[in-house]
Amino acid sequence: MAKSIQRTLSRKNWMAVTGLFLCFYLVIHLLGNLQLLLPDERAHIQFNWYAEVLSGNIIIRVVSWILFASIIGHIIYALIITLTNNHARNIRYQYDRRSAESKWYTRNMGVLGTVILIFLLIHLRDFWYIYKFGDLPVDEKGRKDLYVLVIKVYSDLWYVLLYVVCMIALFYHLLHGFFSAARTLGLYHPRYVRWVKMFGWVYSVVICAGFAFIPLYVHFVK
Amino acid sequence: MLDARIPDGPLAEKWSNFKSHARLVNPANRKKLTVIVVGTGLAGSALAASMAEMGYHVKCFCFQDTPRRAHSVAAQGGVNACKNYKNDGDSVYRMFYDTIKGGDFRSREANVYRLAECSASLIDQAVAQGVPFAREYGGYLNNRSFGGVQVSRTFYARGQTGQQLLLGAYQALMRQVGLGNVELHARHEMMDLVLTDGVARGIIVRNMDTGKLERYGGHAVVLATGGFGKIYFLSTLAMGANGSAIWRAYKRGAYMANPSWTQIHPTCLPQSGEYQSKLTLMSESLRNDGRIWVPKKQDDQRSPNNIPEEERDYYLERKYPAFGNLSPRDIASRAAKERIDEGYGVGPLRNAVYLDFTRAIQNQGEAAIRKKYGNLFTMYQKITNVNAYKEPMKISPAAHFSMGGLWVDYELMTTIPGLFAIGEANFADHGANRLGANSLLQACVDGYFIAPYTLANYLAADIKTGPIDTEDVAFAKAQVGVEEFMSKLLAIKGNQSADQFHRLLGKILYDKCGLLRSKEGLMAAITEIRQLKAEFWKNLHVPGGEAMNSELEKAGRVADFLELAELMCNDALYRNESCGAHFRVEYQTPDGEALRNDKDFAFVSAWEYKGEDNGPELHKEELNFDVVTPTVRSYK
Amino acid sequence: MNIRLKIWRQEHEGDAGKMVDYSLNDISSDMSFLEMLDTLNEQLIQKNERTIEFDHDCREGICGQCGVMINGRPHGPLTNTTTCQLHMRTFKDNELIVIEPFRATAFPVKCDLKVDRSAFDRIIQAGGFISVNTGQAPEANDIPIGSPVAESAFDAAACIGCGACVAVCKNASAALFTSAKISHLVLLPQGKIEAAARVKNMVEQMDNEGFGHCSNTEACEVACPQAISVLHIARMNYEYNKLQVLKK
Repeated sequence: MAKSIQRTLSRKNWMAVTGLFLCFYLVIHLLGNLQLLLPDERAHIQFNWYAEVLSGNIIIRVVSWILFASIIGHIIYALIITLTNNHARNIRYQYDRRSAESKWYTRNMGVLGTVILIFLLIHLRDFWYIYKFGDLPVDEKGRKDLYVLVIKVYSDLWYVLLYVVCMIALFYHLLHGFFSAARTLGLYHPRYVRWVKMFGWVYSVVICAGFAFIPLYVHFVK
Repeated sequence: MLDARIPDGPLAEKWSNFKSHARLVNPANRKKLTVIVVGTGLAGSALAASMAEMGYHVKCFCFQDTPRRAHSVAAQGGVNACKNYKNDGDSVYRMFYDTIKGGDFRSREANVYRLAECSASLIDQAVAQGVPFAREYGGYLNNRSFGGVQVSRTFYARGQTGQQLLLGAYQALMRQVGLGNVELHARHEMMDLVLTDGVARGIIVRNMDTGKLERYGGHAVVLATGGFGKIYFLSTLAMGANGSAIWRAYKRGAYMANPSWTQIHPTCLPQSGEYQSKLTLMSESLRNDGRIWVPKKQDDQRSPNNIPEEERDYYLERKYPAFGNLSPRDIASRAAKERIDEGYGVGPLRNAVYLDFTRAIQNQGEAAIRKKYGNLFTMYQKITNVNAYKEPMKISPAAHFSMGGLWVDYELMTTIPGLFAIGEANFADHGANRLGANSLLQACVDGYFIAPYTLANYLAADIKTGPIDTEDVAFAKAQVGVEEFMSKLLAIKGNQSADQFHRLLGKILYDKCGLLRSKEGLMAAITEIRQLKAEFWKNLHVPGGEAMNSELEKAGRVADFLELAELMCNDALYRNESCGAHFRVEYQTPDGEALRNDKDFAFVSAWEYKGEDNGPELHKEELNFDVVTPTVRSYK
Repeated sequence: MNIRLKIWRQEHEGDAGKMVDYSLNDISSDMSFLEMLDTLNEQLIQKNERTIEFDHDCREGICGQCGVMINGRPHGPLTNTTTCQLHMRTFKDNELIVIEPFRATAFPVKCDLKVDRSAFDRIIQAGGFISVNTGQAPEANDIPIGSPVAESAFDAAACIGCGACVAVCKNASAALFTSAKISHLVLLPQGKIEAAARVKNMVEQMDNEGFGHCSNTEACEVACPQAISVLHIARMNYEYNKLQVLKK
């Protein structure tokens, strides 16, 4: 019977692998979005072209399936792991000051993840869903005009603030997640652990600052 | 005269002669034989694992919640073995000689030689188990020197050698538990030994979680229950350490040998108040660089740093210029007690001496001292809140190791057939004073390399016995006895706790049967112990009931200690000489050194229980020195 | 100094249990924490009340038997210190001190502050050893081991098995305990031979005992009296993943 149960370490591996794929995806996504910072005219044409390429390419389509699978896998494993963990201590402490022994965000990956999930749903509803199934005008080259949609959505200040807040949540999630994934996969050499920690910091700052900067720039400058 | 059944032949060949001629048990028969091992320290775990590996069925018991917590875990310094890796002239013979001399010529030559002979294999075994001994940069094992010897033969794993050796034995034991060859019963305390037809056939134990009494039968019973230094209440031992298993065996007929020989360790933290429960040991290695002193003025209230150099008395350097601060344990402890008793003690209770690193720090720099002893300085600060880099440590002597214990013959069997005693529980190898780093060695060697052979030799006659019936009347009677004992303790309902009696007992023993003993003192002690015992049975209070109850456990142990203490005093009183840890003030040289009497006292005192109302009967085992010539130990 | 106490009292396993208030007056600040509990028990004996059951033995920080939650942290407020090494001078006069047993489903409470940590023994039984019988060992110096390797192995082997890592972990994970043994043995040449079976069996046992997952919060290293590094957990993961990749 014991054989059929997946080991805790294997479950963590799936969290790590899906998480790292999502980290990789974020880089691609950010690079694409940086096109929004180009001068108006160029940004308009290039961004819409980019959106069309992404939606039409078979390789990209496969990647997007993996992407969705990763998101779902990451969530399902998070749920399984959280449930098992809750079961591992069925009586709580009456008086708990263990928070002094670790950083808050390392203990609250589930909460941060939920914030990110909610953000993701909003994000998908506003862009991906409309691009795929909604009525979008076409630009002068006959492509669906995602650029106009982006400018419109980001003109709402509350929306921009929501984005920034969610990017802060993402920052902390990545900060722990990236390094934690490396550890789960078995990186134990102290020197490389230091490097990965440093890289994780830089990565999290760049990704989240980048994603947060774009709506701010669009809102206040464009 | 007791016969230790020492094999024939020259000293160096006795053990191989024994092994060549000992009876064996066929592998197919081994699983029919059950061995009971009580205690899971180094000796017990090592033996239980070794016997199970050979195919015997083993039942193993400990009072801790897991075998890994047995007090062997606390040994710091190291373990001796004559590997001669340092090429400094070590050999089995030299190690044998150092040990027998260190023991002040009061141990059995054949046993001590065997201890030295088996020491090398222990290091091999431990390394194979994964014990991370200290290494040199080339990858080979490192050694350091230890008190009382002129070669480097001590193997060590930082300051946690005992822990690492114990974990090695524990893991071997766990492997056998996992394979189903050992039945492990943690949180079970042995309450009585069961004999049928004069042969040890089982034990009555108390499940400490439920309070229920349980019976276990076996073809041989091995006690590996450690020392009873906790009898002094304040000691370096664990709180649970006790003498109950060997005491109950004694009352069933096993002889107790040299019970009064207790090593008092010189470098422990002093008592700081009445509430204190134990005295923490600071490794002896500190004496390599620390200088011991007291003020020249009695009851000097100044802080140590304000006492100028010329007003300090470095008494060890003064009295023992050759060995100075590195004098052996018994001598250093006695010298400290002498100064404290004369009113030169320091600290709030005036019960300590200074261990000063000022000169070492000046000469070698603080960094060098930190590297060598950093963990000890940190531990000292944790306990006392004093920074020993800035101010001398305060140390004082504390009860540490029992050289005495159950009398065993060469095969480690007691006077009860089928009852063996190994490790600190027996009396065998250390004479009147144990050398540093020899206790881990003796426990391991007994468990891994000696008892497995001698047990087989004994069990060979038992292959037709069949399973032991625990429904036998002997088991029932023993159990009833234990039940009565427990209910008696619970029924007193007086107004003092077991600990209060234990503290008083400890004080009597420290004062009158500790570092210094005298005829008058010991006689007074016997009277006081009897009064205390009477008071105990009249005024003890044990709250709670038969189920899990630490107070009931303590009460049972203290009841045994009260009886054992009287035997200790009798033993000390009988021995009209001074040797090793046993210092009778009447028997000393004009300059205050121990005066041994080889003509009249070159024997082991083995005491036989003769019932509650009669005094114990003394049996002697003559110590014959065929190879070495006893000399006077001099450290001047 | 005077102190106020809130202590978990529970008659036996399965009993509901509750926090009970006590107070102690005029105790010395040089007392150790366990001596403070001794003093309290003395008073309970005088009042003919059942004493507080707590685990302890060596009282010098090495046996690993003591261990309770003190003011919400395992072994109390000091880092890398066992309960027995904690002294009352760490607390303020009139401070309220809350004492609870270590909590984990795999560590059921037996009575008051005593918990059953035999799950740790079973994890070791599953593979925390080198399979060498007495008498099989080769000459010790036939296996040279570099000093740094021996020291790293020691760092891992220093674990005292107290369970603070489980108690502090938000998931009650035994990853640090299990990995310390795996890491100790795999670092040494004599332990490498069984590395694959060891990691498989020990991880399996760890899971079967009902411990949670490791979330890499690193709280265990902070709470560990021996400051055992969380990198051993990474080492365990590495050995486990190596096994998964290479298995036939």
